[in-house]
Amino acid sequence: MQYSGRAHKFGDDVNTEYIISGKYKFKTLDMKELAKHVMEDLAPGFYEKVTAGDFIAAGTNFGCGSSREQAPLAIKYAGVGAVLAKSFARIFYRNAINTGLPVVECDTDQLDPGDELFIDLNAGVITNRTKGTTIPIKPLPEVMIRILNDGGLAAHFKKYGGFNL
Amino acid sequence: MGRTIIEKILSSKSRQEAYANDIVVAGVDYVMGQDGTAPLAIRAFNDMGGAKVFDRERVAFVIDHSAPSPNEGVSALHKLMREFAGARGFRLYDIGEGVCHQILPESGVVGPGCLVIGADSHTCTYGALNAFSTGVGSTDLAGGMISGRMWFKVPETIKFVCSGILPAGVYSKDLILYLIGDVTADGATYMSTEYVGDAITAMSQEARFTISNMAIEMGAKAGLMEADEKTFAWLRRFTKREFKPVTADHDAVYARMLEYDVAKLEPQVARPHRVDNVAPVSREAGKPVQQAVIGTCTNGRLEDLRIAADILGGRKVHREVRLIVAPSSRRVFLDAMAEGIIHSLVEAGAALVTPGCGPCVGTHNGVPSDNETVISTANRNFKGRMGNSNAEIYLASPATVAASALTGKITDPREFL
Ligand code: SF4
Repeated sequence: MQYSGRAHKFGDDVNTEYIISGKYKFKTLDMKELAKHVMEDLAPGFYEKVTAGDFIAAGTNFGCGSSREQAPLAIKYAGVGAVLAKSFARIFYRNAINTGLPVVECDTDQLDPGDELFIDLNAGVITNRTKGTTIPIKPLPEVMIRILNDGGLAAHFKKYGGFNL
Repeated sequence: MGRTIIEKILSSKSRQEAYANDIVVAGVDYVMGQDGTAPLAIRAFNDMGGAKVFDRERVAFVIDHSAPSPNEGVSALHKLMREFAGARGFRLYDIGEGVCHQILPESGVVGPGCLVIGADSHTCTYGALNAFSTGVGSTDLAGGMISGRMWFKVPETIKFVCSGILPAGVYSKDLILYLIGDVTADGATYMSTEYVGDAITAMSQEARFTISNMAIEMGAKAGLMEADEKTFAWLRRFTKREFKPVTADHDAVYARMLEYDVAKLEPQVARPHRVDNVAPVSREAGKPVQQAVIGTCTNGRLEDLRIAADILGGRKVHREVRLIVAPSSRRVFLDAMAEGIIHSLVEAGAALVTPGCGPCVGTHNGVPSDNETVISTANRNFKGRMGNSNAEIYLASPATVAASALTGKITDPREFL
């Protein structure tokens, strides 16, 4: 699994309210509609600024707060290719994998806004093409790689009729 | 090698000797979804090719987050939930029954040793009943509804040893806020937590729920306590089922052990916009508030309403403050009526709303205006949480919220004891 795109930077503790506010998520199952509001309180106009395949690069505890799966889905539907963070809150982390949004634990301090990145999940390394540097990735647990490879938990269940981990 | 509570529960549910960092697939006792998460779970259920749920008696949906529905979008989602549950013959708790985390314990389906998953982050609340219960997302919920199973990484555990007795006017809410402030919002990420010590033993079962409820606010997967006579007395009100308590071994291995003496703890508040931005109430006293909220899965139980009514009874809410009260369940509402608590609250000037989440998550029932300050008994004060990102939210105990509603500014409740 390989991805390339530009980095958009965020700080620590980006909670699910910032990712997609509760006032929107309760109204609809239309993820394309929700995606328009992704990160709007932290970075107004973020949805317009994202080019398909770009990355969110944040600090620690990304996705803390509610269990809303609309959070990784809104990010995915906004065209973001993967989320990079120093650490993730656990429910968000599971939800991202389950919905097929790659989440990458790494030292995001080595990235600046706009940096061109190439991520190789299998090799476990990010190449910062702007700076000419490489950043190691904390490997995902085996079960998560399997679910992500199947395209998320729903696809995994469809394929095997239940857990096959 | 000794095991922690969560290692024991996950071992028994996965039928293997499990220790921290092992990956297990475990059987679940109960699966719950609410109206913010169930609609997406229904979609995932269909995508997975699901037909029926693994056990009709062990799955429930609760309509509590936007109840009654404030708009047609929500109404359509509620209808989807009702039809889905109806067609598969499992229980749906409709509007007015209460918050999911009050309903599940009250319906007798969760007790010591149980494993419960809920598509709501505060599912960790039932840790106070010695159960491993944790929040998941909609796709995990769908997988659980179909298979009755869930995969877990067995977490390490942080043990909080709380000794001493809480002073008058200081409650379990103040203690958990203090602990979160101390370890920070990601201090227990990917981990389980256990709460022990005479401060916990001395607490009522209702007060203990408040602590477990907020374990997620330090990132934890679970907030566990041991079961004692109070736990069993509480459970006997709702079920005849026998539960076997799960205790940690004396040689269990903990990631960290943290000790606190609570005897001198003051009432605490979490300041905007972070739950771990905690300070003693004295430091924020005098800050004007326009809205006060008593309720939610954190502090909407009978004991909480009683504490508020003891302060508000015979007095009047400040004329520049709106006080909103949401009992956490229909049963709590009825009990509070029978005790005269509701009468005292309404007479003091409270606006009562339907048992459920109330204004907690900004969908209805009291969205603050720009530049307003809210003091609430809820568990989250994130920017925009109550539906307006230009409002500020302080979190506190029911006593502190009641006292502040009277004076119109953040107030130490001990002035009214
Ligand atoms: S009361 Fe608030 S925190 Fe509790 S389940 Fe409802 S919305 Fe979530």
